[in-house]
Amino acid sequence: MIQSNITSFTDLANELKTQGAAAIQSAATLEALEAVRTEYLGRSNGKLLDLQKQVPSFDGDDKKVAGRLFNTVKTELERIYNERNDIFVSASKAVGSGIDLTMPARQQFKGSCHPVTLVIEEIAAIFRELGFTIASGPEAETEWYNFTSLNFPPDHPALDAHDTIYLSDDVVMRTHTSPVQVRTLKSYEPPIRVLIPGNVYRLDPFDASHAPMFSQIEGLAVDEGVSFVDLKATLSHFANRFFGKTKTRFRPSYFPFTEPSAEMDVECQLCKGAGCPACKGTGWMEILGSGMVHPNVLDAAGVDSEKYTGWAFGMGPARIALQRYKIPDIRILYDSDIRFLEQVGE
Amino acid sequence: MNVSYKWLKDFTDFDLSPTQLRDLITARAVTVDDLEVLRSDLKDVVVGLVVEVVPHPNSEHLNLTKVDAGGDELLSVVCGAPNVTAGVKYPFAPIGATLPGDFKIEKRKIRGESSNGMLCSARELWLGLDHEGILPIVTDAAPGTKFLSIYDAGDTRLILDVGANRPDALSHEGVAREIAAATGNALRRPSVEGYDAIPQVVRVDRSGTVGGVTVTVDDKDGAPLYIGLVIRGVQVGPSPEWLVSRLDGAGVRSISNVVDATNYVLHGLGHPLHAFDLSKIAGNAVVVRKAAAGEAIRTLDGIDRKLTDTMTVIADAEKAQAIAGVMGASTSEISDSTTDIFLEVAVFNAQRVRNTRKKIGVSTDASYRFERAMDAHAAEEVARYAAALIISLAGGAVDGAPLMIGDALPPQAKVSLRPSRVTKVLGDAVSGAECVSLLNSVGFKSMSCSPSGDCDIIAFEVPSWRADVTQEIDLIEEIARLRGYDSFSNDLRPFRVGNVPDSPAYLVGKRVTETLVSAGYFEVRPIPFVADAGEKGVKLTNPMAENEGMLRSDLISTLGKRVEYNFSHMVSNIRLFEVGVAFENTKTHEGLPTERTMAAVVLTGDRYPAHFTDAKPPQLDIWDARNVAQVVVDAAYGINGNFGKRNAFIQASNEDGAPSSAGVQFLPNQVGDGWTITLDGSAIGRVGAIELDSPVWASPVFGVEIDITPAFTGSKRYPVYKALPTTPSTEFDLALLVSNEQHASDVEAVLRAAAGDLLESLALFDEFKGKGVPEGFRSLAWRLTLRHPDRTLRDKEIEGRRTKILQTLEKELGIKQRAS
Repeated sequence: MIQSNITSFTDLANELKTQGAAAIQSAATLEALEAVRTEYLGRSNGKLLDLQKQVPSFDGDDKKVAGRLFNTVKTELERIYNERNDIFVSASKAVGSGIDLTMPARQQFKGSCHPVTLVIEEIAAIFRELGFTIASGPEAETEWYNFTSLNFPPDHPALDAHDTIYLSDDVVMRTHTSPVQVRTLKSYEPPIRVLIPGNVYRLDPFDASHAPMFSQIEGLAVDEGVSFVDLKATLSHFANRFFGKTKTRFRPSYFPFTEPSAEMDVECQLCKGAGCPACKGTGWMEILGSGMVHPNVLDAAGVDSEKYTGWAFGMGPARIALQRYKIPDIRILYDSDIRFLEQVGE
Repeated sequence: MNVSYKWLKDFTDFDLSPTQLRDLITARAVTVDDLEVLRSDLKDVVVGLVVEVVPHPNSEHLNLTKVDAGGDELLSVVCGAPNVTAGVKYPFAPIGATLPGDFKIEKRKIRGESSNGMLCSARELWLGLDHEGILPIVTDAAPGTKFLSIYDAGDTRLILDVGANRPDALSHEGVAREIAAATGNALRRPSVEGYDAIPQVVRVDRSGTVGGVTVTVDDKDGAPLYIGLVIRGVQVGPSPEWLVSRLDGAGVRSISNVVDATNYVLHGLGHPLHAFDLSKIAGNAVVVRKAAAGEAIRTLDGIDRKLTDTMTVIADAEKAQAIAGVMGASTSEISDSTTDIFLEVAVFNAQRVRNTRKKIGVSTDASYRFERAMDAHAAEEVARYAAALIISLAGGAVDGAPLMIGDALPPQAKVSLRPSRVTKVLGDAVSGAECVSLLNSVGFKSMSCSPSGDCDIIAFEVPSWRADVTQEIDLIEEIARLRGYDSFSNDLRPFRVGNVPDSPAYLVGKRVTETLVSAGYFEVRPIPFVADAGEKGVKLTNPMAENEGMLRSDLISTLGKRVEYNFSHMVSNIRLFEVGVAFENTKTHEGLPTERTMAAVVLTGDRYPAHFTDAKPPQLDIWDARNVAQVVVDAAYGINGNFGKRNAFIQASNEDGAPSSAGVQFLPNQVGDGWTITLDGSAIGRVGAIELDSPVWASPVFGVEIDITPAFTGSKRYPVYKALPTTPSTEFDLALLVSNEQHASDVEAVLRAAAGDLLESLALFDEFKGKGVPEGFRSLAWRLTLRHPDRTLRDKEIEGRRTKILQTLEKELGIKQRAS
């Protein structure tokens, strides 16, 4: 056996420690780490064996120093190895125990609101911020509430827009939600700010663009000093919130229960105002009818029309739903086909 | 209604393109729905400048030309027209163009020379019959310019959506009045030759004679104003080109000069009139009277119609010759052989015309205007204008002064306006002077104020064509629209909070909806008409279809149809719900059918989606349906607090959590095998399996329907906090032999009462039939949790309570413990 030099032993020990530590840290896989372990700490061929074999060749204090040094190096490399090994093992555990989270989760069935309900709720949310509450009323109405109180002259062509389903001579299925305006005005003192969503009925054949029942949402604001400016500003605000920043246009129209009456258009959502077949080249899309509540309506409801003024609007959530979801046929809204409701419902 | 862009120009000058005109009319008066470019068959034709003309080498009649059509190169075009001249512009159809009659222009060789397009004659462009040569055009427009943009060939038709309040806008003159008001230009009625020579009308009250014809108005209510005049010696023939083109612009087909004249007056001035062939009028008598019941007439469209005594007719000595205001009879129609005419200009009762045309089921240009009320003050001028127009077109002469039957015309209506009110309603200050000037522009005359308009109140005389204006708000609308809606501010101003609380119907419905959506159900909104809604159903007077003749009295049958619809598309997992109205014929104090808001759910198929860990999920069953019923009741009635406890079905709790005999309960249905859900003893709903037309592969279908209307009333109550327990609880189980007829809920009621205050909870956890349980019985096992609020219960106490419960059960219900 060669007489060893304690200095060269120390150099070798430190070198093995540095090299070994670096090799362990840079092992990229569990296999590579195992190879490094064998290389340095292997029981039959490990590099540390050479060092260990030299220890007995020293004498006295040198032997003690060499033994301690060897132990230090071995312990240190084992510690680093274990650390590194733990990282690989814990990473492999997630996969190694048979769990593959790319597979589908256990689920519950999802339900959804009808698209028309979604549109109504979205409209209502905007008006609720402006102090509107929700009012409701019966779907079968007296002719007085549906027509007379709303200033429809008897046998007038204005009735042509309201093909009516009758239940008897003086009871109809309401053709609009406006009778609830009168009911609300009769029940509460102004200030009144209400929204009225609900089903309305028309004697229309059931085809791609007509349904005998559809939904409407109506708004009514009555107080002292309420004006056409309030109507314009509130409805423009609504349009900007509902459609995103958009231009609005108000144009004259006729409803027996409002005067002045106005139709509100927003920029055509398809061509952004440039003009296209959908908007007949006008660049505008009709959204709602509106107007100042006719004094005859306030009078019929027992509200002092000299003191109070008001405005009202009405719109069709189903029409908006058809546009929004690009539904080509209104009957799809009523079919209740689960496959459709899964597509568009939320 | 259709108006022609060009025809409007006959009434007032304006320097606006059709689209500008559309936007102006829409912004100020009536909405223009659409523009139709007429003669779009000429859209391919451009201005071509002939640069060079040389004779065709192989033909004596043809020329070779070089045409500048706006392209980079001159085009070689063969032309056979004798008048083709270098330096002159002509309409040119390039290769690829399509001319009227679907004539496609292609590159071709004519006698060995290629021709790249065609120089066009008037006839080839359907602009007339002139085929003497190609059509020279004088224009500054550059070659290549669209022919239609420089030549007065086409017209543009504006499709107007005129509100039912504005019959005055149902004519070119009426629309032109609005344009003139906007531009400030004058409104004029196109002059007609010989108008001044037509005599003034002579007014009588009821009957008179004109041109040898006796005219009598028996039905004054049906015809408040009737003007008749006689023209003799007309020659019926084709109309001149200008008249054909005007009518075509408005979408009216030319028929003959006399008929076209009446249509010209209708669409130009807005007043319908009717011309009778006088030779077909028996007895030289015209009688305006009510139709006799059952009287018949063959109208112009060749249809035999039965009349009723609510209709007004124009008759001769023998029979009806026209349905007043709707349509004439074919028997007295103007024909090519007509020489003498009886011309009628009337104002018929608007409501009567409306009811008549609805009854006979035909709407005409005339009835459309009459039912919107005609301007009586305009009638005389219209009659004289029409007479002059007919004579100018067809010759002949008026025989006698036109006869007007009716009361003297009332003075023009007056309506007062407060400028302060205008400002109040519209929200921006509008001065009195501005009100006056705006209203003047469409014919209102201020009567009581200086032109400065500086008055508190101004009276306006309403023009006769504006019968819709009867009160101040009508004037305010005029001011708003004439000023322009867009001229008003758009700033959100402060408002006061409203007095109306949210509708409970909305709140409860929304809460049920949200709960069911979270639970995996799809909201639907089906049509509520059914073929048969039972004895309590409400019938429609005028249903669209036989199988939709009633309003539904329950929601489940509607939803069941929707389930079948989904089955038909091979969908097997179906969970639908609706919050909607069911109708009953019991009348409310207002005489309306009773409406109840119901929440209904239908369910069938898998209980949860299949997963690779559980590829065959169990099917939804009655216990799922019962759970949904519970969920709906909790969602609806929980809002008002009364019945919101989790155990509401079995035994509702009152406010402080103590047992109560009231509340929601399950009872077997009297009919079928469903279960009735009761609230304070009254039925509010049902749950059970439902029978549908199901395919063989379908799972059983269950339905739940609950009346949520009672939840709309009552005030909200909140549970009261109880100190959380600090002492341990004790549990013990009781397995009881309960007969199959005995309801678990009854057993529970007794259990609760017997267990007393110490009972904290009671849970049924097992049902067993079989070995050790006698026939006709089942073993039901409950777990009872007892707790004293202040101390630990002693074993003896618990044993005592248990014994007492068993004794009570045996005594009250004859129920024994199951032998272990």
